[in-house]
Amino acid sequence: MTFEPRPERNSMLLNLGPSHPAMHGTVRIMVELEGERILNSEVEIGYLHRGFEKTCENRTYFTLLPYTDRLNYVSPLINNAGYALAMEKLLGIEAPERAQYIRVLMCELSRISDHLTSVAAMGMECGAFTVFLYMMKAREYIWDVIEFTTGARMTASYIRIGGVRADLHPDYRAALEKAVRETRKVLKDVHGLLDGNKIFLDRTKGLGALTPEEAVSYGWTGPCLRSTGVRYDVRKSRPYLVYDRLDFDVPLGSNGDNYDRYMVRMMELDQSLRIVEQTAAALPPRAPIAAGDRRPVEPSEAIRISRGQRVVGPVRLSPNLEGSEKDVYGDIQTADRRWTLPPKEDTYTTMEGLINHFLFFMQGRGIRPPKGEVYFSVEGGNGELGYYIVSDGTDRPYRLHLRAPCFHIVSALERLIKGRYVADVIPTFGSLNMIGGELDR
Amino acid sequence: MEPERVIGDLEKRFPGEIVEASRDGVDLVLVIRLEALLRIMGSLKEPPYSYKLLLDLTCVDFRRDAGSFEMVYHLYSLDAGRRVRVKVRLPADAPLMDSLASLWRNANWLEREVYDMFGVVFKGHPDLKRILMYDGFEGFPLRKDYPLRRRQPKADKGNTT
Amino acid sequence: MSEGYLTTKFEDALGWARKFSLFHYPFITACCGMEYMSTACAHFDLDRFGAGLTRFSPRQADLLLVVGTITMKLAPVLRTVYDQMAEPKWVVAFGTCTVSGGIYDNYAVVQGIDSVIPVDVYIPGCPPRPETVLDGLLKLQEKIRKQKQDWRWSRKE
Repeated sequence: MTFEPRPERNSMLLNLGPSHPAMHGTVRIMVELEGERILNSEVEIGYLHRGFEKTCENRTYFTLLPYTDRLNYVSPLINNAGYALAMEKLLGIEAPERAQYIRVLMCELSRISDHLTSVAAMGMECGAFTVFLYMMKAREYIWDVIEFTTGARMTASYIRIGGVRADLHPDYRAALEKAVRETRKVLKDVHGLLDGNKIFLDRTKGLGALTPEEAVSYGWTGPCLRSTGVRYDVRKSRPYLVYDRLDFDVPLGSNGDNYDRYMVRMMELDQSLRIVEQTAAALPPRAPIAAGDRRPVEPSEAIRISRGQRVVGPVRLSPNLEGSEKDVYGDIQTADRRWTLPPKEDTYTTMEGLINHFLFFMQGRGIRPPKGEVYFSVEGGNGELGYYIVSDGTDRPYRLHLRAPCFHIVSALERLIKGRYVADVIPTFGSLNMIGGELDR
Repeated sequence: MEPERVIGDLEKRFPGEIVEASRDGVDLVLVIRLEALLRIMGSLKEPPYSYKLLLDLTCVDFRRDAGSFEMVYHLYSLDAGRRVRVKVRLPADAPLMDSLASLWRNANWLEREVYDMFGVVFKGHPDLKRILMYDGFEGFPLRKDYPLRRRQPKADKGNTT
Repeated sequence: MSEGYLTTKFEDALGWARKFSLFHYPFITACCGMEYMSTACAHFDLDRFGAGLTRFSPRQADLLLVVGTITMKLAPVLRTVYDQMAEPKWVVAFGTCTVSGGIYDNYAVVQGIDSVIPVDVYIPGCPPRPETVLDGLLKLQEKIRKQKQDWRWSRKE
């Protein structure tokens, strides 16, 4: 709601500017104050509007994947998964089972990273700097696991239409166990530091509360909605990937205040760690490798051989293609070559593979879904992350719209801080977990 | 309520207003007429359908092919776990329609975004102004005739405060 | 005062003091902020280079770290923040969006912040690894060390 500052009220206008130290990016909150109490406020967003939807109309379905990473940039793999699943629904395909388990593992690691960052930032803004440092330490171990497999710590572009880019690193288990162990230790420490902390409780209990009806009316989803007591988790209500085979709880709050939002996120961290452990244990094994001469052939040698006969046996690929060799390709990507790239061995040693690869990237060819539209949503770090894609049969989306969860959550901020003190704005805003890339797109 | 029953019920209550109805898995897709928007959305929100959560509200620019904008609404029912997609066609020369801000509170910001990006004006909206682009930006970026790379630098003419 | 032994030694000392006590103002907008947080925290500590203390007001900072995409809407704010800083001040463009607009070449993004403010060090990467950031910081420290003091007040016009 807009406000016109009224001089007769003798109030002061304060601008919590677009660049503020509460490290949530760029949001401008203009408050009208009487002393320290907020009479009225206006939230201005759009300082990180990077034209995602318009850009996607000018990119092919394959090449717009890196843009999805940068939406909710603390949990980038969930955005990838949402886009890939929406496209798979439109195309009518399904990823292989091992790829689905790997996707769940990566999504949950991303969710852990999201909640760690959110609680750490909230803690730091309330003055608990130790919480920030501890949680960032745990986040580094999580990012190490992601980096082993995908090659990037953050914006990985790993989950693709039809599957994932590469299989898990052979030594991922040790890194994963270390990450889970360290995260559990950090969680125990943070529970001890913040749960009963009088200062933290004073700043969060009873503040920023919303009733369930109001939360639904504002379109809230995710941890913020669950903190008011409404049980809605896309993973349970509309299960996707292999979440229906996994055992996890959905923590609920009762008051919908800042403290409940913090507590719901902490308990969800615990549940996500459970899912990670179950997924790592239940991962379908890789397809058995055919016996034969297993000494890898050099690429130039393989190309030379391919001129006369088919190349059998492994080819020594470059290190950045680790995990996407031909013998694991069936486990990680769907076999339908209209929508996925062929393995590199086929691209460079067979004619069909070369043509397939070439047509995939050619202007006007590539992934061309049937005409139609699709809406698919996944459970992002902040709530229901939905992709609405309209396809007109060409290789570029006609319209790609993101249902950003924190757009709806932040729209309630004016209602939450009205009548409170200025100092209450910070923990309230921190508990909402606003991510600029997702809010402004 | 089962999707078929919802369709039958709505067609009885709003004869002639539902242009098209189809299913998308367990979800429903309705194309309705512009004049009936507020009434149909109001009754979808109430029991027995209870689509209480407005998930999303967006627009697609179909002016080149169909001569109209298409507004797309996604609603969700928390009890039944089902969605409904409601589509409304808007003539290109008069992009004016009713605001849903009286029914759902997040419609306020969502409609501001559609106004900012497409130029659709919402009657009855409490405060329709730009939300993502800055004041003084000319044009509506997500329309198909707005080029992606047009630069409109925000010049403050020397005064930056 | 001519370039003498004392002024050179003084400048060396000044450069040494300045480069090891950088107070930075993190102008954080987007994804690079996550890598900034990693760089500032325990694993890849910024504090061991003397640059760990964040000043949350531009008037108290001497290094403006522009982290993340700058949009047209935000550019005047960036300019205001830069103008509020006192001399000597340096600017580091962190991430390709600040260097050149990055992957966003459209109506809303400034194609490189050097069209708004002067930049000293450009750190590319999307997002740059913390080691890259520290490398950029070391290059900035080298630049600061070599910077000459402007002895305007002593010149006789």
